Amino acid sequence: MEKFTVHAGRAVPLCRSNVDTDQIIPAEYLKRVTRTGFDDALFKAWREDPEFVLNDKRYDGATILVAGPDFGTGSSREHAVWALQDYGFRAVISPRFADIFRGNATKGGLLPVQLEAAEVVELQRICTTDPTAELVVDLVEREVRAPGLTASFEIDDYTRWRLMEGLDDIGLTLTHEADISTFEASRPTWLPATA
Amino acid sequence: MGRTLAEKVWDAHLVRSTDNEPDLLYIDLHLVHEVTSPQAFDGLRAAGRKVRRPDLTIATEDHNVPTTAGPITDIVSRTQVEALRTNCEEFGVRLHPMGDASQGIVHVIGPQLGLTQPGMTVVCGDSHTSTHGAFGALAFGIGTSEVEHVLATQSLPLQRPKTMAIEVEGALPPGVTAKDLILGIITQIGTGGGQGYVIEYRGEAIRALSMEGRMTVCNMSIEAGARAGMIAPDETTFAYLENRPHAPKGADWVEAVQYWRSLATDDDASFDKVVTVDATALSPWVTWGTNPGQGAPLSAAVPQPRDGADERALEYMNLTAGTPLRDIAVDTVFVGSCTNGRLEDLRAVADVLRGRQVADSVRVLIVPGSVEVKEQAEAEGLDEVFTAAGAEWRGAGCSMCLAMNPDKLAPGERSASTSNRNFEGRQGPGGRTHLVSPAVAAATAVTGRLTAPADL
Ligand code: SF4
Repeated sequence: MEKFTVHAGRAVPLCRSNVDTDQIIPAEYLKRVTRTGFDDALFKAWREDPEFVLNDKRYDGATILVAGPDFGTGSSREHAVWALQDYGFRAVISPRFADIFRGNATKGGLLPVQLEAAEVVELQRICTTDPTAELVVDLVEREVRAPGLTASFEIDDYTRWRLMEGLDDIGLTLTHEADISTFEASRPTWLPATA
Repeated sequence: MGRTLAEKVWDAHLVRSTDNEPDLLYIDLHLVHEVTSPQAFDGLRAAGRKVRRPDLTIATEDHNVPTTAGPITDIVSRTQVEALRTNCEEFGVRLHPMGDASQGIVHVIGPQLGLTQPGMTVVCGDSHTSTHGAFGALAFGIGTSEVEHVLATQSLPLQRPKTMAIEVEGALPPGVTAKDLILGIITQIGTGGGQGYVIEYRGEAIRALSMEGRMTVCNMSIEAGARAGMIAPDETTFAYLENRPHAPKGADWVEAVQYWRSLATDDDASFDKVVTVDATALSPWVTWGTNPGQGAPLSAAVPQPRDGADERALEYMNLTAGTPLRDIAVDTVFVGSCTNGRLEDLRAVADVLRGRQVADSVRVLIVPGSVEVKEQAEAEGLDEVFTAAGAEWRGAGCSMCLAMNPDKLAPGERSASTSNRNFEGRQGPGGRTHLVSPAVAAATAVTGRLTAPADL
């Protein structure tokens, strides 16, 4: 997974709340068995509207999405994260994320940045007025910087470290293989087995 | 200081817990389906890893399967199902494929087989894994990276969640169901209300629910933003489990029940948050918008929009504030899904449809949650009630809960659906969904407008 330390880029304002996973990527696209190539599916229904912000050429090449509260509600589909990444996003900023989406995002190296609602509105105003405005998402300092605004965000030390090092969770867990075996030996024998 | 149900289950599964790191939690049961697993198995293959505990893993085909006889004609769907078959074969995972007697929606078959038991940790690459919390299990949905993680290690690194009690006070009035209760709860606390919490549903009205009703409630915890919902196991739970294929037997049963009884939240335990819900104030509930928190009593009118999100929802739903909800006509009625596709739900529908006809203007799909539910319903003659009334009786699967198989809404079509999500396009691009209970779905089928059985 690609390391995330400090990312500078332009941002797209998505001024909607409750952007659910069915909007981020409709179920039809979940039939694919690959992990990449979902950029065409991102916000599929909304992109049919010429007025939709991602159809605004001025935001081509933007790498940060600034969305309303409750981003990523709904299903556990990690395809939502892959689609955002395939499209080119490195970070999503919102006042509140759905838990599963947040977890999925950090697994794949897409940074979910939770800011105060007023800060998000201000960022949306900044990138609406000036689509060329550059934002800096700084995981090292845990802050977002934009022209005229600096906002700090919280992220737990472990997740931050993992993202900064680009580390894969499975490899880390397997270093505790002995603990897993010890635990397994202590499980009650009446617990169900599928085989 | 006492502990809550969720805390007891969490603590009993700690493989490892150290400061400044997530806890490593052992997973007792991993449910797998075709949609969220192919990339996980690919990941294992690429890293040369095996499935650590195939004996704690089980797979089924549900999201893509057609509910009419015959093979999958959509090539992409078929490829995904075939990928699951190949992966299960290669990695030694038990699979219930289409046509198998135990095939069905992943959250229907786990409990039905007795694999879901109190005090267990259960995960699945599917957000409605919260369903299994009805048994007092800690059950939650995970993404594909986590599916791969559990396949490889049978454990997951997780931050300890906060706990929330939803105290349901009083009894549900007659004619008000588990679905109305959970829709009412989500209307009250909102789609983000449970975010970061494991919810424990408590109180008289919860205790009075059957296991099916409890599963309906826990199923929709995710719609309130909570990753998991739980209900303490009690006699209702034990009676449901006893003699199921994978339930403990003999002396093991006695030992297990004793352990399960110890899981209930201690009297001196405290929750991070407590929400009180008045069950006596509830009535048949429907959603009018495009998220499950946009709901109201069926007797009410489409509300005035409070904000831009409400305005957008009304526009998408093609509704005007002030219209009585009972005046809304639907094209399709869907009964099924992991929320309401169990035998008790089908009985409730049959009770309304018996001796009645569905309206000419309405297509009615009744889809059992599993092959076993289908067989039980047919043994009781429910299928005859459905077909005599003019409804379609289908095979088991996710069906019109989501637009991944041939059962879909056409653009602009409106449905009354017993499923769990009314998101834009959830049941088909441009489709409009009203979430309802099975009883309301059945009455709506009869009149063609949103209707409760008491209105007939
Ligand atoms: S029935 Fe619906 S919610 Fe349940 S698993 Fe299938 S698609 Fe998901």
